[in-house]
Amino acid sequence: MKPTRFIDLLPHIVLIVGVLIFAYPIYVTLIGSTWDSGTIGRGGLPLWPGGQGLTNYAQAWVGEAGDRAMYTPVRTMMLNSLVMALSIALGKIAISILSAYAVAFFRFPLRMAFFWLIFITLMLPVEVRIIPTYKVVADLGLINSYAGLAIPLIASATATLLFRQFFLTIPDELLEAAKIDGAGPVRFFIDVVLPLSRTNIAALFVILFIYGWNQYLWPLLVTSSGDMETIVTGITKMIGTGESANDWHIIMATTVLAMLPPVAVVVFMQRWFVKGLVDSEK
Amino acid sequence: MLTRRKLALLTGAASASALLFAAALPGSALAQQKTVVDFWHGLPQPLGGQLEQIAKDFNDSQQAVQVNASYKGSYPETMQAAIAAFRAGNAPHIVQMFEVGTATMMAAGPAVKPVYQLMQETGASFDADAYIPAVKGYYSSKDGKMMALPFNSSSTIMFYNKDAFQKAGLDPNKPPATWPEMIEATKKLKASGSTCPFTTAWPVWAQFEQLGAIHNTPFASQANGFGGLNAELKIDAPLYVKHVQTLIDMQKDGLFKYGGRDNKPDALFPSGECAMIHASSGLRSRILKEATFAWGAAPLPYWPEFAKDGPKNSIIGGAAFWVMTSPKRTPAEYKAVSQFFTYLARPEVDAKWHMDTGYVPVTMKGFDLAKAQGYYEKNPGADVPAAQLTRTPTTENSMGLRLGNLPEIRNIIQEELEKAFQGQQDARQALDASIKRGNTVLRNFERANKG
Amino acid sequence: MAGEGWRRLPLTKDHPLQRRVTFDNRLLPYLLLAPQVAVTLVFFIWPAANAIWQSVHLQDAFGIRSEFVWFENFTNVLGDPNYLDTLKVTVVFSLAVTVLAMGLALLLAVLADSKIKGARAYKTLLIWPYALAPAVAAVLWMFIFNPDIGSFGRALRALGYDWDYRLNGGQALTMVIMAASWKQVSYNFIFFLAGLQAIPRSVMEAASIDGAGPVRRFWTITFPLLSPTTFFLLVVDMVYAFFETFGTIHALTQGGPGKATETLIFRVYQDGVVNNDLGGSSAQSVILMVIVIALTAVQFRFVERKVHYS
Repeated sequence: MKPTRFIDLLPHIVLIVGVLIFAYPIYVTLIGSTWDSGTIGRGGLPLWPGGQGLTNYAQAWVGEAGDRAMYTPVRTMMLNSLVMALSIALGKIAISILSAYAVAFFRFPLRMAFFWLIFITLMLPVEVRIIPTYKVVADLGLINSYAGLAIPLIASATATLLFRQFFLTIPDELLEAAKIDGAGPVRFFIDVVLPLSRTNIAALFVILFIYGWNQYLWPLLVTSSGDMETIVTGITKMIGTGESANDWHIIMATTVLAMLPPVAVVVFMQRWFVKGLVDSEK
Repeated sequence: MLTRRKLALLTGAASASALLFAAALPGSALAQQKTVVDFWHGLPQPLGGQLEQIAKDFNDSQQAVQVNASYKGSYPETMQAAIAAFRAGNAPHIVQMFEVGTATMMAAGPAVKPVYQLMQETGASFDADAYIPAVKGYYSSKDGKMMALPFNSSSTIMFYNKDAFQKAGLDPNKPPATWPEMIEATKKLKASGSTCPFTTAWPVWAQFEQLGAIHNTPFASQANGFGGLNAELKIDAPLYVKHVQTLIDMQKDGLFKYGGRDNKPDALFPSGECAMIHASSGLRSRILKEATFAWGAAPLPYWPEFAKDGPKNSIIGGAAFWVMTSPKRTPAEYKAVSQFFTYLARPEVDAKWHMDTGYVPVTMKGFDLAKAQGYYEKNPGADVPAAQLTRTPTTENSMGLRLGNLPEIRNIIQEELEKAFQGQQDARQALDASIKRGNTVLRNFERANKG
Repeated sequence: MAGEGWRRLPLTKDHPLQRRVTFDNRLLPYLLLAPQVAVTLVFFIWPAANAIWQSVHLQDAFGIRSEFVWFENFTNVLGDPNYLDTLKVTVVFSLAVTVLAMGLALLLAVLADSKIKGARAYKTLLIWPYALAPAVAAVLWMFIFNPDIGSFGRALRALGYDWDYRLNGGQALTMVIMAASWKQVSYNFIFFLAGLQAIPRSVMEAASIDGAGPVRRFWTITFPLLSPTTFFLLVVDMVYAFFETFGTIHALTQGGPGKATETLIFRVYQDGVVNNDLGGSSAQSVILMVIVIALTAVQFRFVERKVHYS
């Protein structure tokens, strides 16, 4: 039998090292969720699982932690996060695909001006937007609502550009054929463009879902009732920065729970997702 | 197990029936009877939950007012949220603000309704003198009127590892009381193998602001800023130079370890890494939870040469509750806030919060109540912060600080300290640079808030 | 909001700015644009205008007193000797994050894309970190890097290396660069993977028959064909490094020791949120915006020429 050459093992070694490095924080979280708070807080977390896992997850889910008097149940927070992440992902995709369609398939005055107007939004740091954005949302009466949570985060230059790039690769012949068949822009959009974009939509969906799911600063600002709390703000609330003794075990367990939906989305859509990006490359 | 399951069932049933009940009623019928008070706070769990429990207890204690407590991020984030909300005409009724934001809130003029005024207007009985002087002083205006309601207050004390003391041949029941004793102790600890004999959390609060108060030495002119917005930093006094140079030398000799900014070094004590720490008294609950060794609490050490008639009282940290204004406010809402505040000021609420959380009692009666309940016998050392806060009458230099943008000044000093600990400059240079940069901050604040 | 998923950038001379065939409809394009433009105007342009207004005013935190000060905020910022240091740190930080995140992601993507056992598992494990909530990641770094309670930090010290980022500026900067790159590697990995799969197998096989080794094949075929993806990621990663990393820095070093890890965006955050200096923070935002727009323009103008669009 031919001995395995080192050169053949090299890719595996590099990948394993890569996985070890990049998945390490995830591993720490998983391990942390099976130990008690003291061990974690002292920085004494071992590399193997402890025996507290079931208790920790039960506590995180039911919220029976000793001195937490008022809390929003994890399932409520997960539901809020789900609504927010879905609204942001679907909302962004919807408005971006429409505007990209306009920019790519029509000729009209001020087309490029609109395009740059959208593009420039990449360059504005979130911090300077917070006060005026809050004012707008308050004036519109959207504080403590799903609309207030999602709409300000829906505008996106990136999604618009992705769709535009993809639309520019749709051959002119298709459009001409459609015109000959007497199809108008709406018909063409529904019958041709949407089906062709399916995989792109799937790809964006994964990225935007995680983006929406992980929002923290904005939800904290626009919601002030426990019923509207999202899971990531819930976790942040447990961590804090103040003079407190954190319930590390519950934080870790809740973090793992909070990771499940995004991971499910990644795993479930991985195949589609990669394919979607491929199509637009052509 | 059975009881827990039963409890869960009961809770489930209760919440289900509550849902049905709420659904059966026309939406606003319940809300209309009650005046709703929005209360934004910056306490993370589990403290935040305990605070929310107090709001809940209040809600349950009467029919007229519903206080909705909600967490808005760290203190700076809570402040940012309150500012954004105020600018949008949507400010919460009450906001919790950390002690270093006091000057900003006092300068906020029409954005804030002073507590003394609120209590007066709503005819509530409110005795400002019930509060511990160091607490009252921090939140009072120049003419001694209470601007905010003190609630969660802490002070800086020393925690020490009794096991490490034992190992180093030090008396575990006799923590160092002065800085010369501190240095001796750190040397012995180092000799016994400790890699970190001493560290400090909150480097500026603990080693500058508290230092000045204890030694009756100003941190800034104008009575630490109480006298006016034109205060200037005074941290080039011999006390500060000597102290900072001592820390730099101790760091070089491995007797002191710089553990980072703000409360980052907190973790170094319960982990057993550092044998002594100067930290917020609030660290107590974390130590209780995480430490696996015997430990004790003691007052901050002092320099005998700079405190001829003994150390003075320390100052507070923590936060207070501020009442915010809004174009939409009604007298009924102010009345509701004042009812809530009256409830919070009760000695039994104060004592319970103190005993549950490790914050200091803010009223003398609360302190006495905790004593009477035998709390300090069961928890030796838990009275150190309160005792340290009340040990002498407050002086001009131990009332607290009233400096604009104090968080920024703290950061500047931390930056300059870090440069000094790296060997880039000595104590004198670090302090001079801090003064120069800090005074610029103070001048900008003065300019933006004058008139 | 920089990183959501577009690859190829617009406005290249190789790329049609406008298709030949279009629909003729006067009203419809405006209707289609309306929702996006409305959201953009209300939640981006209006706040941006606000920032510009703020940048020429001196105001107290609550906006009660306000004074027009011309360009004083700008001259204050630009006249601060510390600002130049911050700019230098930002350049080093952004370059390092971009290069590190792209280099590692490309290496891992090329390997995971090859015919290798367990490729699927590798891919999932390398994409997964993207799902970890940033707030939690920030805390985990402390349990990893802290010299006293962090696993990695303690390991370094046990090996005799004097690891203490609290007082060593170089180490602190290295650490924030590693932490900031970490998340972006997963993101870049996804896009490189996709880009690689688009390269036709036939091209690679042909090169293989010609006797080109794997390294040579990579540089002569794979890399040029990947360049549109690479260019897209270059722009997105720069924007990420400039704008979206203050959380990481805040959690790890708060800009210290000294000012060793203070970047422009961290200072904007610090001055705006912590120091309540809206005028100064807005002036910095405006400067930052100008820098990034200029950088992006340069990238389009000079770097994109080297990009190989098929």
